[in-house]
Amino acid sequence: MITARQRLPRKLRSPQLPGTGVAFDVDKVRSHFPILRQRVRGKTLVYLDSAATSQKPQVVIDAIGSYYERDNANIHRGVHYLSEHATEDYEAARRTVQGFLNAADASEIVFVRGATEAINLVAQTYGRTNVHAGDEVLITGMEHHSNIVPWQILCEEKGARLRVAPINDRGELLLEEFENLLGPRTKIVAVTHVSNALGTINPVQRIIEMAHRGNIRVLLDGAQAVPHLKVDVRALDCDFYAFSGHKVYGPTGIGVLYGKSALLDAMPPYQGGGDMITSVTFEKTIYNNLPYKFEAGTPHVAGAIGLGAAIEYVNGLGIDNIAPYEHELLAYATDAVSAISGVRLIGTAREKAGVLSFLLDSIHPHDIGTILDQDGIAIRTGHHCAQPVMQRFGIAATARASFALYNTRGEVDALVEGIQKVREVFA
Amino acid sequence: MPDLRELYQEVILEHSKAPRNYRELTTASHRAEGYNPLCGDHFTVYLSVEGDSIRDISFQGSGCAISKASASMMTQSVKGKTRAEAETLFDRFHKLVTGQLANGRRAELGKLTVFSGVSEFPVRVKCATLAWHALHAAMQGKQETVSTE
Repeated sequence: MITARQRLPRKLRSPQLPGTGVAFDVDKVRSHFPILRQRVRGKTLVYLDSAATSQKPQVVIDAIGSYYERDNANIHRGVHYLSEHATEDYEAARRTVQGFLNAADASEIVFVRGATEAINLVAQTYGRTNVHAGDEVLITGMEHHSNIVPWQILCEEKGARLRVAPINDRGELLLEEFENLLGPRTKIVAVTHVSNALGTINPVQRIIEMAHRGNIRVLLDGAQAVPHLKVDVRALDCDFYAFSGHKVYGPTGIGVLYGKSALLDAMPPYQGGGDMITSVTFEKTIYNNLPYKFEAGTPHVAGAIGLGAAIEYVNGLGIDNIAPYEHELLAYATDAVSAISGVRLIGTAREKAGVLSFLLDSIHPHDIGTILDQDGIAIRTGHHCAQPVMQRFGIAATARASFALYNTRGEVDALVEGIQKVREVFA
Repeated sequence: MPDLRELYQEVILEHSKAPRNYRELTTASHRAEGYNPLCGDHFTVYLSVEGDSIRDISFQGSGCAISKASASMMTQSVKGKTRAEAETLFDRFHKLVTGQLANGRRAELGKLTVFSGVSEFPVRVKCATLAWHALHAAMQGKQETVSTE
């Protein structure tokens, strides 16, 4: 039987790709992503929307296909051959995620649909148990709607208060103000690791230290962080960490909630159903152990296996090689785009990853997006599910180019040319 | 491949930069808001209706070039028309931007035919029709915000 791990080409496990002599060979990396070979609207695809969703390498596509071709069976129940192997691969993917985040134990890794579901899970279990009338939940002014609305729902139900730590004009969290908002009523801090609209990397280590001084639990939304940064949940000492598989080269519909086992153990279940129980009678149900207590129903087995393959792929390239390459590319893009007359960058934090949000004169971002699209350049335009960020900057929307490990300087040059064309159309 | 100049015609760019009837109408008898949550476009359309006829119309708000120009030209097209005439115009305009209007019927739309290029850009249809949806809602006497999502 071939597992996702075995299917990964050997060469990808070495941080130094053979025959190149360089730590990161982007041409080679691009050849792993079949979608990037196609032309759209008669032009070479320039995909600059990876913050919305990343493209998938062949090893991930193959892992999913191979699962359905050879191993498909329900897990944790069957006594037959296929079920045994499907279960093995599913649990191997969990261990891969555990290693990726450096969690203490695989049982601290809960498979969910995505970062959104992970945050909702914590709000509806840990939150409903521990947040009461008059308590406070503290977030920041740069959160994605998925790290705002679940807490609003909780606060509304409990008569608790949602507090928001402000950001400055560069799009950086005001750490002093954040600290001042921590108080005896604060029960949960929920902060994005990297902002999807601005690209800001938050000082999460200090945030966690501050919160823990008051014995307050911290959830990090890592959806935009895991593709770009090394994440070590034990070094951070964070209590909960959420991310989505599809933003880190894995499939959609699968994501991860990491939680410290003591916290997860004490939490009530999120959903009831099969697999999350040890025994059921009409009088009483005994819940299953971690992490199965939080995985009711047949999970997205193929998704988890695909995510495992994606993380193996990232590990093979080495996040220590990916991060400096992407950092240099973002710096190049920032210089090139900001040099265009009429461009205003939104989000100029000193620590950034992956995202370049901008405005061009008074041209609406939607018009920018349509014109770039005619040249095969895919960017995101709009409020990026972060309307409070837009309100903070007094704007309705931005154009956002976002970068991944397969993007190149040549693609940045194409973006710059495209923006010049937008200016010509609106001249 | 659709031509950008078909979409961003000079008339459209000119209206987006200098929209007509761009003001609040203090004497409005009807008003409605149009909102597209996807892109954040947001317009308020004001109407002054006497009997069955649209005596005056104006709009305010923010949006992309297509939505703003469409709102501007809509106000010019329906001023002085009856409600029924305005609804018919909306119906034809909607057919135009979705590529369903026969070439022979285009003349009835007058200047609004500059939006025919929108039909090549399906995701922009809701930009072109946002103000029209608000006009429709205002004439129906609806007070809530209409959405093109």
